[in-house]
Parts: sequence; structure tokens; C-alpha cells
Amino acid sequence: MNDLKDKALPNLVQNLATSNLDLDAPDKPYLDSNELIINMGPQHPATHGVLRVILKLDGEKVLGTECVIGYLHRGVEKIAENRTYTMFNPYVDRMDYVAAVSNGLGYCQAVEKLLNVEAPPRANYIRVILTELNRIASHQLWLGTHALDIGAMTPLFYTFRDREEILKIFEKYCGARLTTHAFRIGGCQYETYAGFEKDVKNFLAFFPPKIDEYETLLTSNRIWLERTKNVGVISAKDAIALGVTGPVLRASGVKWDIRKALPYANYADFDFEIPVGENGDTYDRYLVRMIEMRQSLRIIEQAVNGIPEGPIMAKVPKVIKPAPGEIYHSIEAPKGELGYFIVSDGSTQPYRLRVRPPSFVNLQALDIMVRGMLVADVVAVIGTLDIVLGEVDR
Amino acid sequence: MLHEMIQTFMSYLGQTVTPGQAGNQLWALIYVLIIFAGVSVAVICMNWIERKALAHFQIRLGPMRVGPHGLLQPFADALKLMLKEDIIPAEADAAVFWVAPLIGLIAAFTVYTVIPFGPSQAVSDMNIGILFMLGVSSLGVLGIVTAGWASNSHYPLMGALRSSAQMVSYEVAMGLAIVSAILMTSLNSNGADGTLSMIGIVQAQQQQGIWFLFKFFPLGLIAFVIFAIAMVAETNRSPFDLAEAESELTAGFHTEYSGLRWSLFMLAEYAAMIAVSSIAVTLWLGGWMRPFPNVLHAPVWEFIFSLFPGLTFGALAAIAFLGTARMPSHSFFRIQRVGLGIFAALLGLLALLLLLIAVAGRGNDASLAARFREGIDYVYWFVLKVAVFMYLFIWYRATWPRYRFDQLMRVGWKVLLPISLGVLILTAMVPLRRELWELFIQILTAIWETIRRIL
Repeated sequence: MNDLKDKALPNLVQNLATSNLDLDAPDKPYLDSNELIINMGPQHPATHGVLRVILKLDGEKVLGTECVIGYLHRGVEKIAENRTYTMFNPYVDRMDYVAAVSNGLGYCQAVEKLLNVEAPPRANYIRVILTELNRIASHQLWLGTHALDIGAMTPLFYTFRDREEILKIFEKYCGARLTTHAFRIGGCQYETYAGFEKDVKNFLAFFPPKIDEYETLLTSNRIWLERTKNVGVISAKDAIALGVTGPVLRASGVKWDIRKALPYANYADFDFEIPVGENGDTYDRYLVRMIEMRQSLRIIEQAVNGIPEGPIMAKVPKVIKPAPGEIYHSIEAPKGELGYFIVSDGSTQPYRLRVRPPSFVNLQALDIMVRGMLVADVVAVIGTLDIVLGEVDR
Repeated sequence: MLHEMIQTFMSYLGQTVTPGQAGNQLWALIYVLIIFAGVSVAVICMNWIERKALAHFQIRLGPMRVGPHGLLQPFADALKLMLKEDIIPAEADAAVFWVAPLIGLIAAFTVYTVIPFGPSQAVSDMNIGILFMLGVSSLGVLGIVTAGWASNSHYPLMGALRSSAQMVSYEVAMGLAIVSAILMTSLNSNGADGTLSMIGIVQAQQQQGIWFLFKFFPLGLIAFVIFAIAMVAETNRSPFDLAEAESELTAGFHTEYSGLRWSLFMLAEYAAMIAVSSIAVTLWLGGWMRPFPNVLHAPVWEFIFSLFPGLTFGALAAIAFLGTARMPSHSFFRIQRVGLGIFAALLGLLALLLLLIAVAGRGNDASLAARFREGIDYVYWFVLKVAVFMYLFIWYRATWPRYRFDQLMRVGWKVLLPISLGVLILTAMVPLRRELWELFIQILTAIWETIRRIL
């Protein structure tokens, strides 16, 4: 025990010493004053899991932050090296458990790319419908928790009520609600159930008024505006330099969406718009995501109306043994660019699998966004970054 | 000896002043106990209503398991909190940690000594009632600050700092709004003096025939709105609940508190909410007065309005009976059905009793029943008005996000304070309307004359 302490403590101290916080720096903002160092998390109501943020405060003002991550590390990438390609498929659901379908899509398509297999059109349509439904579900969860962080309790319950409709469709389709494991390498395992299209169409009619309902609660709410406008601003230049993607990047005014830029599945067939913000503040990110939900509905509508008949699985060998080589494939997950880099040595297991999780990369922007703001803004910004710690730590 | 005691006991019943004024210690004590018990019960009710109402705002059911429709949930919670281990953190300043919740609680409850539930239904009628109220209620912040400091922990400390800054700054706007209401007591046409007494303020509204909310429209209304905003900030409720902002400071100043001590803070918070609502009702909404006492003053109206308390409880009983009837008939729910039925029956009995008193005490004779009826009416209308505010508190909490610290201070100092100051000045200038107007005309004529001469 003591050994461990002796080893761990200097490590921690060294970490802190080399951090950008400069915890030892003797600068005093005012005469006879000290800065306050506060641990926000890992057990904290608003850090969306087990994120630990070390805050250096001058009163309420944030002088610097440092994220300490890894509390939820499960070694997903290492596990991949010891599982066959098929066996690893369910593991990706556990990264961003809020958007498991997107994770699965990215992984399956990456392996398909490695195998040079193309999923049949019907499978692609099913994939698009489910992924977009999942994007809406993810955004709903983001909205609820983000609003709760800023102090509005009620939207949380409204979004969870409506998310239930999406989860019901998932459950009917593949039996699982959260970690769906909906797709297989080469297509989908399950044919759509009877009434799938009707359920999706019902949801299309059901959901737009609900978005309006969320917006009546928040969009023009004076307190909401004050809490989100000009809070956590990040310029397009900074965002690009930090590799930020997804709604956070788009809210800064960069029109970058992989669904349009590098179309995968059959997104090229659909007509939809990419919402872009102007100021890169929390309010713009809120608006971008609200519009994205509506745009997702548009995509689902087109997909469900144009869904073709045909097979749902491509011809994939029983034992997946891709030729040696490497591949990077990325999709637009609800939180940003989700990439899979797979190195194959010709065996049944990946030689190396590396995930580019959007939450992990976006989290880097936290420090830039909250410096000089107040403690309450840290919470708002963590919410607006829409991180899932399962994906950050993997 | 016994005879004397009984005489002292009975002698107060004929009086029309508060026990404090009558110098009747015994009845003052009885009133204190009644108010203490009443406020505690009100807090328990408020706890249940808040959870239920908030749940229904949020498409939930709220407590449903402990007792029918969760009616026993507050009692279960109270029991749990009392039985919990009493933790004082090792690094905390034990003595201060121990005293802090008591300060808050005592401050919240002491305010009730001057709150008039009726012209004689108050512990005491101090001639500086409103000043006393302001002074005592601002002691509540001391409890929060000491709690945050004694916890010797970062989050409570920040919560305490926020709370002290917030309460101090909102007290100013609140005080100015109150002053403009006090000013209105002296600005009347029947030559009465102004007063700081809480009972006097309500009586002034009665004599002037107008709630101060509508007096000098819109000045009274603005002052009232400022008070209504400031009182939410003063009691640390959403959207100004920065001191205990869950998502930012985990639980703010009471992060380190648990069990009974924590429940004392909650009790103090709810008692303070009721207290400030009572003050708003007293100052602007006519206190214990029933609606339209000056217009609808015929005995028949008097009688109709005196039926309201009974009818209210009758309605509650009807709702409870409806709930009983709608409960599932499965034997699993038998105990709950019976329990709710008994509860409804009790409410119904209470309604009958109140109606009986209303009927027996009709007419303005000096009988005991009439005095009882009067007392019930006063308390009923007062509590009803307070209840509206309590509902608003819940509604705010369900609807709004939380303000940020600097925004809160900005609203307090840059918006509420100047407006309340302006309202105060304008209120003070209202009786000078004619003089000011004449002065204005004189100045205009003088200027006009000057210009004409020059030309």
C-alpha cells in the first residue's frame, strides 16, 4: 500500500507541475490573496460521468483548467487486438453508449472497406435510418443534460419521454435499446420487422412538434440566452487547430460534415442541409444541434420513403481475414468525426485498432473555451461539448 | 390559583388586539406554538406539493409508493433524516458547524412573530414590525455563511460566498420596495399617519380601500414585482439558487451536511419562503382581507365569503374521494384505498366543521362563534394568498434555467435597485402632483416670458 502511495504521489505531483496550470506559480492576483484550486469531479453532478477537471480559480473566475481523464478506461483498443473482427463489433457500442448505432456503423464500414466489400443498398437505407434516429436520440440526451446543467430541470424529462419512442424502434428492431449492436460487417443481420416503416413514419409525424416544445422552453428564454450567448466561444481557427469536429466546429462557422464532405453509406442520395453557426458560442451550438435534429428527420423521411427491396447482407466470408494493410474510415457521429484506423496483418484479429473519438478531441477545447469565464460556465461548456466519458476514456 | 389561571386564559378571548399588545403571555405562548406547528405542517405540505407539482410539470408522477399518492413521503423522509448518522467532518469547525443550521432556522422562524394572520391573529404587533422583519430575516444569511465556512471545504465556501453577496445585494432593492409600500400608508386622503406596524399596514389598505398593489398604478405594481423578484433571490430559490446550485457546486453551502442538520436547512429554507411570501401578501395584497371588502360588504356577501374555507376543504375532500374511487381495485391497493378514504373523510369532516362555524357565526355579533368564524376567515384568506406565492416558487423552479453569478449581481444592482429607487422617489412625489405641475407651468411661463421679452 505504502509502495503504491510512494509511486503514485510523485507521479501526480509531477503531472501537476508540468501541467499548463502552473500550480506552484506564486502569482497573486491581488495583495494577500490566493488562488483556489478545486477538483471538479470525478464525482460531480455535472461532469457527465467521471471526468475530473482541476480548476484554478480567482474567486469565481477561471484562470485555467486541466482535464484528468481515464477513470472509465477499459482498454477497448487493446481488447480489439485479441478479438476477431466479428467479436469486436459489440465492444464499440460501449464507447459512446448514447450513440451506439453510429459507433457500430463506423466500425462495420471500416472493416468493409478493409475487405473491399460494399453493403447492399437496402442495408444502407436501414443503416441510415437507424443512425439518424440515433443522432436524434443522442442530441435529445445532450439537450436534456445540458439544460439541466444550466439549471432548467424540465427539458430533461421532455427529451427522455420522446427519446423513448426512438429506443422503442431500436428495441423492436434488434432487441436492445442502448448498446444495440445493430449492424454486422457487410450489412445488417436483421431484416426490418413488420411495421418498421410505419413506426418510423409515426415518429416523423410525432417529433417535430416536440422540438418546437423544447424550443419554446429554451430558445428565446431570457435566462437561457444570458447563460449561453458569448459563453465558451471558440473561433473557427482555434477549433480547426484543436481538431474539434461535429456541431462544435460547425457552430464556429466551418461547414464541415463528413456526411457531405466524404459521403459514406448512401448519404449522397439524400437532400439535407448542414446548419452552421456564426459566433461559436454555446447558444450557436445549441441552435446547430436543434436544426440538426430537424435535418435528421428530413433524411429519415427520404430514406424511409425510398427504401428498396433486396438483400441486407453482402457476401462476406464466415471467417473474416482481411489482406494485410491499413485503413482509416470516419463517419459523422452525433458528436463529431468518429474514425477507425485499423491495421491488419492478414490474421483474423486486427493488428492494431485505433479509434478517433470525437468527444476526446472536442474535450481539448475546454480550456480555451472557459479561460476567463466563471465556474458556472465551465459546467455549461462541458455540457455543450457533449462528451461521453465512455468514449473519451475508451 | 386555578381560577385565576382560567380567568387569564379566558380573558383574552374577548379582546381584539394581539396577545403581545394585550400583555397576555399565556396566549402569546399559545400563538407561538400554533404558528410553529402550523409552519412546520405547512413545510411538510409544501414538500409534498412541490414534489408532486414539479413531477407533474415534468410528466412524472412524483412520490407514489409511501402512502396513497405518496402522502406519507414527507414523514418517511423526515424519519429517515432523523435516523441518519450524524456526521461532522473531521476538518470542520465542529461548534460553528453545529450552530449554523440553528441560526438559519431561528432567523426564519422568528420572522413569524410579526406576521399578522389577522388583526388580532399574530403573536405581537410591533410598531416597528417591518424593520424587525427585515433585520431578522437578513440574519438567515449568517447561517448559510457560517455553514459554508465551518464545513472547511471548497464547494460550501463558494456557495456561502455567493449566497452572502446575493442576499446582501438583493436586500437593498427589497428594502427600497418595502419603503415605498410603507410610504403609501401615509399618503392617504383620510389623514391617517404612516406606520411600520405590519397590522397597521394592512389596516391602512383597508381604510384606503385599495391593495397597495394597485395604488398609484403602476407604482405599487412595480414595487411589488421588484419585491417578488428579490424575495426569490433572498430565499435562494430557482432561478437564483446559486448558493446550492446542484450542477455547479454539488450542493453548495450544505454539501457537507447530512441527516437532521441538513433537514434543518431545508426547514429553514421553506419557512423563509413562507415568511417572505407572507410579507409580500401583507404589504401589497391586503394581508388577511378577503377580496372586495369595501364593495361587497352586505351581510349576505359576508356570509358567502365566510363559506369559502369550508368549501375549499370540501373540494380537497372531493379530490381525495375521487382519487380513492379511481384507485385500482386490486387487493394490493386495499390499504392505500382505505388510507386515502380516511384522509378524504377527515378533510370532509374538517369542511363540515368549517361550514358549521361559518353558519353558526354569521352576523356580526360578538359571540364566540362569530369571533371564531372571523379568525378562520382571516387566516384562510391570508394562507390562500401565500399559497399562490408558494405555487409560483414551484413554477419558477420548473420553468427557468439558473442565472450566473455576475448576471445575478447585475440584475440586482443595475436593474432592480435603480427601478426601486425610482419607484420610491415617484411614490414620494405623487402627493406633490399639483405643486409640481404648477411649478412646471410657472417655469414654462417664465421661460416663455423671457423669450418674448428678448424678442
